[in-house]
Amino acid sequence: MCVAVPGKIVEINGDTAKVYILGNICETNIKLVSAKIGDYVLIHAGCAIEVLKKDMAEEILSLFNDLEEEQNEDS
Amino acid sequence: MKINMSHGSGGKQTGDLINQIFLKHFDNHILNKLEDAAVLDIKGKIAYTTDSFVVTPLFFSGGDIGKLAVCGTVNDICMMGAIPKYLTAGFIIEEGAEIETIDKIALSMKLAAEEAGVKIVAGDTKVIEGRGGIYINTSGIGEIAKSGISISNCQKGDAIILSGSLGDHHAAIMSERMEIENNIKSDCAPLVSIVKSLIESNIEVHCMRDVTRGGLATVLNEISSASSCGVEIYEAFLPISDEVRGLCNILGLDPLYMANEGKMIAVVPESQAETALHAVRRSKYGENAQIIGRIVDGSGVTMITTLQGSRILDVLYGEGLPRIC
Amino acid sequence: MKTLETIKKELKEYDGKNIKIMEVCGTHTSSIFKNGIRSLLSPRIQLISGPGCPVCVTASSYIDRLVEYSLKDNHCVLTFGDMMKVKGSKLTLTEAKAMGGNVKILYSPLGAIKAAMKNPDTQFVFAAVGFETTIPIYALLIEEIIKNNIKNLRIMTSLKTIIPAISYICVNEKKIDAFLCPGHVSVIIGSSVYSEMASKYRKPFVIGGFEGGHIIAAVYEIVRQISNNEYSMKNMYQSAVSSEGNEKAKALIYKYFEAADDYWRGIGIIEGSGLRLKAEYKDFDAGSTSSEDVDITPAGCKCTDVILGRIAPVECPLFGKACTPLNAVGACMVSSEGACGIWYRNCEV
Repeated sequence: MCVAVPGKIVEINGDTAKVYILGNICETNIKLVSAKIGDYVLIHAGCAIEVLKKDMAEEILSLFNDLEEEQNEDS
Repeated sequence: MKINMSHGSGGKQTGDLINQIFLKHFDNHILNKLEDAAVLDIKGKIAYTTDSFVVTPLFFSGGDIGKLAVCGTVNDICMMGAIPKYLTAGFIIEEGAEIETIDKIALSMKLAAEEAGVKIVAGDTKVIEGRGGIYINTSGIGEIAKSGISISNCQKGDAIILSGSLGDHHAAIMSERMEIENNIKSDCAPLVSIVKSLIESNIEVHCMRDVTRGGLATVLNEISSASSCGVEIYEAFLPISDEVRGLCNILGLDPLYMANEGKMIAVVPESQAETALHAVRRSKYGENAQIIGRIVDGSGVTMITTLQGSRILDVLYGEGLPRIC
Repeated sequence: MKTLETIKKELKEYDGKNIKIMEVCGTHTSSIFKNGIRSLLSPRIQLISGPGCPVCVTASSYIDRLVEYSLKDNHCVLTFGDMMKVKGSKLTLTEAKAMGGNVKILYSPLGAIKAAMKNPDTQFVFAAVGFETTIPIYALLIEEIIKNNIKNLRIMTSLKTIIPAISYICVNEKKIDAFLCPGHVSVIIGSSVYSEMASKYRKPFVIGGFEGGHIIAAVYEIVRQISNNEYSMKNMYQSAVSSEGNEKAKALIYKYFEAADDYWRGIGIIEGSGLRLKAEYKDFDAGSTSSEDVDITPAGCKCTDVILGRIAPVECPLFGKACTPLNAVGACMVSSEGACGIWYRNCEV
């Protein structure tokens, strides 16, 4: 129930940051996270709700590897 | 200086407004006569249409209401395989509008008309009570250069060409309203060169439609319904700029349902698809054209997603509002 | 080697026992349709939409209060776009606006601060609807209101928490075999809450992201668990979801809000499933929901059955006939994340 999008912090001014999302700059409140310039954050309704630990595309690929390992364990 | 009711009374102030703004910018030998009607030389069958423009804000990145008013009507004429020649422009102006604003809009219309190769040959001005709003109606005439183009003419196997990236106009307006910084510009533009190029390349165009309110999905549904056919498109082939994609991700919008103001689809026989594509790509505003799908048996519009799943696309219901859910 | 292609093939060819997976979150429902995921699955794997549409489960009396504010002199309702088309007992906010009501759509609740400061003579009410993903942002809003000493901005809340709703479904609806857990709610609440539920209810609880690949992988994991008679929590969105979630956000939620019984449109009261402003912050409350809220369920409306996953939207007798997006009977059809609206617009008629 929550549209959220990843973006990269390019500037910080106190509790707000400019976050870069595919050519858009969004003024984002970062009070809910501990983040620094260069971090990727997940943004929902103008606020960063988490610092991302991995690129989404990278994560999806590693999910398939995990599923492979699990299947090997099952058999 | 602000517009007041006397500018619409038909007296001296109206005359001054017409001379100092409209005649100054729209200047042509037909309009300058200031007759009650324009007398025109037209050959053969004509395409004739009208549209009204009420966009706010009046000025936005990549355009303004004046440019929209010219391009919108010009493009509707082109879509019937006609070359646009003459427009009329009717203005409804609320008291309180700045004369400088009207001047800027009229200049923008002049430039757009020049690019499209049309003359504005008749007009009207009314002033009403209000708070400075400006609304424009344009009607237009074009000479048919290629007949038989119709929304009910699409045939199984036809290729669907989209002239460029989706959603730019709507994205530009939403960026301004929701205060998101980017370089997205409205794609407001005349489609005359693309249409001329297709006709000159002897393409047997079956149908052309510009992609405006309701977006690509709505236009494709109109085609499916009118031609009693199915439409199949491929998500992977849809040109969407990264910036528009980013904005849509932020606001929860879908580019398939967002308005453009300078993009079109052309439905052409499969045998001529590549030739048609090159004709569009050679033309101004058609550089990023893609073949996005084809006409098939059945009914309705289906999109093959990047995951190779199948998604049915209906028309737009209601307004495409930003979401957080 | 497991690739997207091999996994898709296996899911398409699955011929084990029938599996009903509840995807709780409206954004998942939307992403499933956008990617055409149902068309990639065997007919024995059914994805059923759940109650994760905060707009759908908000009482109609809440909308009535918003409409009333919008039509009051010197008042303005600020809202997300999602709320505009939902009907109260009579009007939607869109209809109220057409009648001269003062309603503005904001991208972020924090935008309300600027609006209130720019227009000191207007009383603003923010329609604060949502689940745990959005609730911390309302907490931030209260902090900003206090910090800036703003006197003309309050919130009207309809805040719900998802775990009590999922538990309700596990207890009352036996036909759901597994849950695709809401990805972004889980960012806030963490993954560990689902481990206990997996053991208690003996069903897989898999947290998935929102890209097509995320969802396919999550569905595959659920099918794998069920095929092996397993039931466990699996976090497949670790880039964003940690075991304990966002501690800062959780602390902020419970600084300003407290749990309460709450009314879910179409379901009724679920114990402890709501959050409301604590007593000491009542000054910022513009008249929020409570368990006394009422709802007018239109005759023949089957939203309850849809929200609880008992039926698919197409199985409601009104779907596509008396109830369409342009003439919606129930909230599920109106909301952009309501199951019926999404199914209809994607022509699953």
